[in-house]
Amino acid sequence: MTAAVGAAAGAATPGGPPPVPVEAVAGRRRRRLTPYLLLLPGGLWLLLFFVVPSVQLAGTSLYDRSGSLETGYSQTFAFVNYLDAIGAYWPHLLRSAGYAGIATVICLVLGYPLAYAIAHKAGRWRTLLLVCVIAPFFTTFLVRTLAWKSILSDNGPVVGVLRAVPFVPDDFRLLATPAAVVCGLVYNFLPFMVLPLYASLERLDGRLLEAAGDLYAKPVTTFRWVTLPLSMPGVVAGTLLTFIPAAGDYINAELLGTPNQYMVGNVIDSAFLVRLDYPQAAALSFLLMATILVMVLSYVRAAGTEEVV
Amino acid sequence: MAEDLVLTGVTKRFGTMTAVDELSLTVPQGSFFALLGASGCGKTTTLRMVAGLEEPSVGTIRLGDQDITALRPYRRPVNTVFQSYALFPHLDIGENIAFGLRRRGRRDVAAKVAEMLELVQLPGYEKRRPAQLSGGQQQRVALARALVNEPRVLLLDEPLGALDLKLRRQMQIELKRIQTEVGTTFLHVTHDQEEAMWMADTVAVMNEGRIEQQGAPTDIYEFPVNPFVSNFLGQSNLFAAEVAGRSGADLELTAHGARFAAPAARARSTEGRVWLGVRPEKVRLTAPGEPAPAGHNQVRGVLTDTCYAGVSTEYLLRTPWDQEMSVFSANQSAGEPLAPGTEVVAYWYPAHSFVLDRPAGSGDEVAQYAADPLGVAP
Ligand SMILES: Nc1ncnc2c1ncn2[C@@H]1O[C@H](COP(=O)(O)OP(=O)(O)O)[C@@H](O)[C@H]1O
Ligand SMILES: [Mg+2]
Repeated sequence: MTAAVGAAAGAATPGGPPPVPVEAVAGRRRRRLTPYLLLLPGGLWLLLFFVVPSVQLAGTSLYDRSGSLETGYSQTFAFVNYLDAIGAYWPHLLRSAGYAGIATVICLVLGYPLAYAIAHKAGRWRTLLLVCVIAPFFTTFLVRTLAWKSILSDNGPVVGVLRAVPFVPDDFRLLATPAAVVCGLVYNFLPFMVLPLYASLERLDGRLLEAAGDLYAKPVTTFRWVTLPLSMPGVVAGTLLTFIPAAGDYINAELLGTPNQYMVGNVIDSAFLVRLDYPQAAALSFLLMATILVMVLSYVRAAGTEEVV
Repeated sequence: MAEDLVLTGVTKRFGTMTAVDELSLTVPQGSFFALLGASGCGKTTTLRMVAGLEEPSVGTIRLGDQDITALRPYRRPVNTVFQSYALFPHLDIGENIAFGLRRRGRRDVAAKVAEMLELVQLPGYEKRRPAQLSGGQQQRVALARALVNEPRVLLLDEPLGALDLKLRRQMQIELKRIQTEVGTTFLHVTHDQEEAMWMADTVAVMNEGRIEQQGAPTDIYEFPVNPFVSNFLGQSNLFAAEVAGRSGADLELTAHGARFAAPAARARSTEGRVWLGVRPEKVRLTAPGEPAPAGHNQVRGVLTDTCYAGVSTEYLLRTPWDQEMSVFSANQSAGEPLAPGTEVVAYWYPAHSFVLDRPAGSGDEVAQYAADPLGVAP
């Protein structure tokens, strides 16, 4: 094969490499530029709407807090803003990470079997089930969360049923508890978990599962050594897409919780819009970003994404 | 023998469609057994039932004295080399091969894996990924991954189907060598009749979910059981004939007004309507205008096509009753092959004939069909 190709090339240009035509050089240059051209629109967008505002926000977070909107702020590189923010609101930061983490785990536990069933067991119902997963998005976030407020309320059906269960106290309630906030987060972010999981499970080759069975793997073992590792990209993507927005969310805590369940988002909300303490709001935003970044990086390392193709 | 694989009356239906139809089969321990059949005749389904990936609708599968019909795949002492290889893309070659050993908690995994890679001639490939290997190499890994478990039966589903011709020949020799070396029973599924004849000690010809004939390649080739087999394994010329009588050990036949002889020992039916068959390479042609030597069966005809293929020449002859007959002639002497249009006599020893049953209702059309069961002849 190679010999034949070589002989053909040799026949075309006896002695020495073939001369490279001018158009070929131009074509090669264009090909080298292509990746950059593809990066350009997205890069510009990020620069304009992420990098520039972030730098501005970083500046704001270091303003002297004794200023105000009316009197103006002076840049004093007040790193103490960060210490003040942590000192005053560390419980909220912890709650954000904690609630979002728990909600993400629950989403994974609920979403994985759901995505697997849609991808491999649903047959002709597949499309319909996928639409059902996405359907809640047709209502706005706020209205959906308000609906959960009435579902979980003290006179609502869930609490009513639970109170009828023996050993559940009669004053048992869901609304205004951490559980309610986590429920809301799970409900609102479940599709972000299911869709990437579905995408990676759908690509899973059923013949690999049969091969595992043929090689003495019981169904559970097959899941552990074949299905799960091959769906890791979906697990990682789904987890990040759920955890990151959930950690920054404040609507669920606002509507389903009390100030005792407030997350850092609620504090930022009030610092920006109620107390007008811009430097502190900016500092908290950065602290939230840093928390998320640290958690995500350590998670991605633990999940070992480079192991996964 | 104690470890034979025995399928008894196995039927598999998918809805109303019957993929495997009351199939009975005995695969002797230690044999290289080929299941030969056209695409869609139920070979894969049969293999999957032996592997436990499909449950028979009816029938039993036994391995030695153990009934394995309802056993889960992971409990069966059989392993499969899949048609698509089905290597685990997230595991390296070493871990792919070690998969079965690890699931059963075996020791000395690394040593066994290395030994297997040696056997399939890929030493030192442990750390590569399946995607980095060529088709032929993946094929070998799939073989090693199955064989390392020392199965009592190794199932191979068209393992060489995806390889190009040259590599396929090489792997056929290789597979044969490995089977001789390890002595495991190989149940090899293929649609390639040459592959089946070359490799297997026993061939079972399958058609529409049933076994048509089973035996050593030479037995099936020399004395096929019916027109389908006579044209699935190699080619045959079949002439519609009647048994006219008997003289000694030979049957006397009439076909299209001419008389023929065939050994009674090579007849599936000794009376009434029959097919008179002869393989193309058993037939010789006279030089133009010359008579055929005495004591031979003979057919006059006009050459319609001549295909010179180097080692042999393949002639097509049109008989007076307008049937095509093919003749393979070894190019043993120098000189030009006979040109189309030449009038010749085709002749062969009566001992090379075979006789098949021709039930009422089947006529020359069947002979045409039988000459080209797959519809692939040019
Ligand atoms: N899971 C299945 N569902 C429905 N029909 C099937 C299934 N598997 C195989 N068949 C049908 O059974 C027949 C035999 O298939 P198969 O065993 O794969 O043939 P082969 O391997 O000989 O080509 C085919 O007609 C095929 O369409
Ligand atoms: Mg098949």
